[in-house]
Amino acid sequence: MTGLAFLIPIALGMGLMGLFAFLWSMREGQYDDMDGAASRILIDDEDEPR
Amino acid sequence: MNAPALIPADATLATTRLTVPGMKCAGCIGKIERELARQPGITAARANLSAKRVAIRHDPSLDEGALVAALLALGFEAQPVADNPLGTEAAEQKRLNRALGVAGFGMMNIMLLSVSVWSGADGATRALFHWLSALIALPVIAYAGRPFFDSAWMALSHRRTNMDVPISIGVILATLMSLYETITGGAHAFFDSAVMLLFFLLAGRALDAEMRTRTRAGIGALLGRMGRSASVIAADGSTRRVAAGDLVPGMMVLVAAGEALAADGEVVEGRGALDNAMLTGESAPEPVGPGTVVHAGAINLGAPLRIRLTHVAEDTAIAEIARLMDEAGQSRSHYVRIADRASRLYAPVVHTLALAAFVGWMIAGAGWHASLTIAIAVLIITCPCAMGLAVPAAQVVASGALLKRGLLVKDGSALERLAECDVALLDKTGTLTLGTPRADIGGLDAEARSIALGLAQTSRHPLSRGLAAAAMRDGVVPAAVEDVRETSGMGLIGRWHGLPVALERPADAAEALATTLRIGETCQTIAFSDPLRPDAAQALAALRAEGLAASILSGDRAAPVAAVAQALGLDAQAEASPQAKLAALESLKAAGHRPLMVGDGLNDGPALAAAHASIAPGTASDASQQAADAVFIGEGLMPVALAVRVARRTMRIVRENFGFAIAYNALAIPLALTGQVTPLVAAIAMSASSLVVVANSLRLARSAAQ
Repeated sequence: MTGLAFLIPIALGMGLMGLFAFLWSMREGQYDDMDGAASRILIDDEDEPR
Repeated sequence: MNAPALIPADATLATTRLTVPGMKCAGCIGKIERELARQPGITAARANLSAKRVAIRHDPSLDEGALVAALLALGFEAQPVADNPLGTEAAEQKRLNRALGVAGFGMMNIMLLSVSVWSGADGATRALFHWLSALIALPVIAYAGRPFFDSAWMALSHRRTNMDVPISIGVILATLMSLYETITGGAHAFFDSAVMLLFFLLAGRALDAEMRTRTRAGIGALLGRMGRSASVIAADGSTRRVAAGDLVPGMMVLVAAGEALAADGEVVEGRGALDNAMLTGESAPEPVGPGTVVHAGAINLGAPLRIRLTHVAEDTAIAEIARLMDEAGQSRSHYVRIADRASRLYAPVVHTLALAAFVGWMIAGAGWHASLTIAIAVLIITCPCAMGLAVPAAQVVASGALLKRGLLVKDGSALERLAECDVALLDKTGTLTLGTPRADIGGLDAEARSIALGLAQTSRHPLSRGLAAAAMRDGVVPAAVEDVRETSGMGLIGRWHGLPVALERPADAAEALATTLRIGETCQTIAFSDPLRPDAAQALAALRAEGLAASILSGDRAAPVAAVAQALGLDAQAEASPQAKLAALESLKAAGHRPLMVGDGLNDGPALAAAHASIAPGTASDASQQAADAVFIGEGLMPVALAVRVARRTMRIVRENFGFAIAYNALAIPLALTGQVTPLVAAIAMSASSLVVVANSLRLARSAAQ
């Protein structure tokens, strides 16, 4: 029974962290451009033109 | 709100957002971000591919025009974002996503506690877990349920019902009942069911909204294409710039070469050519002279014109088209989504059943508590979880499959309407044909080709661009032509190794598109054609196989339309004005048909908005793309036929999903009515039914394969 006193707040805290991470990433605009994010991996990093 | 991540905040720099509809792939993003940042005065650029926007941080001394020009130099047309009314939809989608996140959090944590209760927690532990569930569920439901509560309240206050009414009643009753159970230390609480229901429904909503906003982005406003200001000539001969909104009929304006007209008027002085492609879809430039009536939105290709304004602002032809489009679009919004139609039948049945369960058990003497519990169980287990997913899941999968084949569906209900179409009307220029004049340079030798390219690449005239494109496709290197001058209506004159060279209007300016290349004294004629899309015949055959009879409805002149109609074996109506096109569609609808309209020009806009369903090519004017339900890209016409086929298959899957949901309810309702359903059974049954619906919808993924 005492285990629950620790485990439940931990579980809830982790859930809340996940929720805040989601809300934060959304406010930061990380879901604004899903197509762009999918395409950006194809862009080469080098800044020098050929 | 969507602060570009890579761009540092610096108070001395200005940020400008531009819409860049031509942005399509990773290469475009890379090119824009890398090359634009190299321009003097521009610090950084960040592209958003989904919204087709570019945010540019730059020196405040650079104005919008300079940025648009810089993008044009990279090969992208751009427009200021202020013309782009998309803000509210993005906010709506954000709200749904946030609600979905909150509901997901609540669902997982409550479920965690519920599993303990189901697996035998008792007494004080159970009470504690129920209280914790309540603590999580109440704020989560209050927040995540808002989209449903708002919509249900809206419907009820207008004395209608929709799918959200039973959902809201079910969720609220279940929450109140669970709260009561928790306070009195009862055995069952429904918090998990209520929150899970919200989560699944929100997932459906969010998917639906995602698809709807997906391709609506990147659409410049119709009036953005109109000139924003004009040079008004005062009585003393001086000119001043006047904003389009302040123009008054009767004013004399000077339209420079390359300038877009800001209002309708009549040419008083000057001869030249106008590019009316945006208005009529006709790619050949229209010669104008004194007395010609000209329209806002047309671009002056030749010498400066003096124009006396006749219609301004809301009275221009372009504004008239916008109004027609708006009205036509509203008549289509009366279309009832299949899900709403289902809910009209479904909601009363569910309510009656729940009420009957309550009354029945009261009469049977079960007591109000047990009766209400069973009534809520009925409401929850019949809650349209699978129903809520039945439509969006199938539509998202289908539109994803179509997207891979080059067709973007803008709205979920578009697939429903596409599936119902029984007649197809197609525009000619730009729809059946490619819409850009292609030069036939086969008859020219290498020297002539390079001179032609050297001349053509200096001009923005459609024929010059067609010629330049054809030459560049053949790898021609442009000759160094000097002193190139463009004379309105006549052509380009230049000097090559001391020899006068020119691209001129042919002597017999007949119907055929052509230009004469003169090198010294020798003249050669270059013919242009607007070829049919390569698979036009095949696509029409595929449409016919789906039972859609096709015909041509074009605003072009009769002769070219007849030629295309004959080549494809179709009926045709030529020289149709926007109003006539609208009328043709209305009469088809009045006759009980459900027409599919395919067109690209702005003159097709009202027809596209009025048709039962409509498709525009990616080369269409922004306004037409906005009016259409779907946009196809590439040179083929096949996506149009494919869209109809996939839409029909989607509707079959949707019907299966509904069938399944009904079968599930037929099984679940008797159990719930007889009081057999515990929260565990309800939760499992609900998730399972949703999963089956999603799995069934995934079968559509390959539907666009061939």
